[in-house]
Amino acid sequence: MATLEIHDLHVSVEAENGPREILKGVDLTVKQGETHAIMGPNGSGKSTLAYSLAGHPKYTITGGTVTLDGEDVLEMSVDERARAGVFLAMQYPVEVPGVSVSNFLRTSATAVRGEAPKLRLWVKEVKEAMERLQMDPAFAERNVNEGFSGGEKKRHEILQLELLKPKIAILDETDSGLDVDALRTVSEGVNRVRESGEVGTLLITHYTRILRYIKPDQVHVFAAGRIVESGGAELADKLEAEGYEEYTKGGATL
Amino acid sequence: MAEAQNIPAGSTTTGSIAVAAESTVATRMSAPPSYDVADFPVPHGREEEWRFTPLARLKGLHDGTAVGDGGILVTVEAPADVTQETVDRDDPRVGKAGTPVDRVAAQAYTSFEKAHVVTVPKDTQLTEPIRIGVQGQGGTAFGHQVIELGAFAEAVVVIDHTGDATLAANVDYLLGDGAKLTVVSVQDWDDTAVHVGQHNALIGRDASFKSVVVTFGGDLVRLHPRVAYAAPGGEAELYGLYFTEAGQHQEHRLMVDHSVPNCRSHVTYKGALQGDDAHAVWIGDVLIQASATGTDTYELNRNLVLTDGARVDSVPNLEIETGEIVGAGHASATGRFDDEQLFYLMARGIPAEEARRLVVRGFFAELIQQIGLPDVEERLMRKIEAELEAAAA
Repeated sequence: MATLEIHDLHVSVEAENGPREILKGVDLTVKQGETHAIMGPNGSGKSTLAYSLAGHPKYTITGGTVTLDGEDVLEMSVDERARAGVFLAMQYPVEVPGVSVSNFLRTSATAVRGEAPKLRLWVKEVKEAMERLQMDPAFAERNVNEGFSGGEKKRHEILQLELLKPKIAILDETDSGLDVDALRTVSEGVNRVRESGEVGTLLITHYTRILRYIKPDQVHVFAAGRIVESGGAELADKLEAEGYEEYTKGGATL
Repeated sequence: MAEAQNIPAGSTTTGSIAVAAESTVATRMSAPPSYDVADFPVPHGREEEWRFTPLARLKGLHDGTAVGDGGILVTVEAPADVTQETVDRDDPRVGKAGTPVDRVAAQAYTSFEKAHVVTVPKDTQLTEPIRIGVQGQGGTAFGHQVIELGAFAEAVVVIDHTGDATLAANVDYLLGDGAKLTVVSVQDWDDTAVHVGQHNALIGRDASFKSVVVTFGGDLVRLHPRVAYAAPGGEAELYGLYFTEAGQHQEHRLMVDHSVPNCRSHVTYKGALQGDDAHAVWIGDVLIQASATGTDTYELNRNLVLTDGARVDSVPNLEIETGEIVGAGHASATGRFDDEQLFYLMARGIPAEEARRLVVRGFFAELIQQIGLPDVEERLMRKIEAELEAAAA
């Protein structure tokens, strides 16, 4: 069973006046089949955790370890991490002009699966996945994220999640900017992948709204670059009622 | 792509490129066109038409010191219906399509020994392309090529430049009424070559001219694709693709002169650049004269900068002397393949080199499809791959 283990992770970014530490010792274990919600106020470092796990060059790891089934993730390049089974659904996916969605998906699936999917089966697989996410088939011929609305970008991210079938899925504020219908569609997509039992999910969010559709096994409160409290789904209810104030008192935020 | 739109002459375009609004098509050349090299002063580099070009790398083509010594091997493969002649400069077809507009083009015209004329007789539709190979043997040469299509003739011509040479050569395309000509000019030179030339198309009534200019190699390549219309109803589609590597200078200076009514022109040039001191220049001049009512024109230049250290100068210029037109527009934009795009593709398992290849292939795909000759298309795709691999190594 795939397990992602994060131990005492410290991460810095270059700021104007030298390096600034954003993650200050994160400990977390996510197993296949589990769903962990990471919740926290703006600026607490949630997205930094997501991008650091995916290997974004902006972030420098200054301490700690991350392993996937014992393999050192931090030693891997960005594409190696993806091929090892780490998937990051991004909050702000970038436009890639000149590359069509269909070409992009097939190239990506070929890289992750280690061989080109059989064309006829692949076309069917993509078509069905798009239908489930209520995406217009014409989408496949558009350039990646070019001119996509916020909702279209998020559906496109979840489409990739469904097609690439990672071991660990990190969803970075996938719910932000979505109306209720889009949120439901996207959540259903995530739940389909979860129901396979083969993915460990790290759901990063500011709001409790998405947790009505995606039920977490564990909820972690993130503040000032660390996990400050962990609990079951009931912790989300507490946050819904009380907000993050308790965790941000005393100037603990960045 | 945006639909054609009316943009007044001298307006700025969308995108990140400054437009030289102060100069106009008519005034931007420092000397009037002429067949005689003596009518052009030796350029010093500050003239509008020379300011982007590194004169020192022209190997004397611009100042009269270059001496022709042959050193170019020209081969022609043509179907049986096609006639070939070698003629003197007083042949009426030579220089008919256009007059040299700068000193090097005039030098080529003044210095060539014999012009080569390929003729497709009227009403003849070729099923196989005419292939002209221009193979540099390390020497300096001046040349003149005429390709003439009689009325309602149809042909595809591939001109393929390879090897090493210092070449100043002009090409004239003469299209009879209703003729259809597709020309693919490939500049696949060695990295030491210097190639300067003026390509003139004179388009007959209701004739169609399609040009695909593909520039990969050379130390310095500077081409002037130019279109003029002899009668109404003509159509020109000008496509270009360049891949400018470290240290290379590749310059394409287009001019479409709409002087008669109801003609169309469409220009799409796209370039990718990578490496230190890769320099691409694109000048797109379109003149709609007062007599050219019913004109429909659009020109587009896109550049993709793959690495730091490369430079693009893109100057679209549209001058309109009549309001009685169907449409006129232009656009120029230069984008970067940036770290965020690379991260996004890599985060989906795609290795860095393949990500770059995916973006460049996508960028050029629509142009390559315009060629319509599978062997040439495949060769160009292979060439693009090789350029990308060389840069990654």
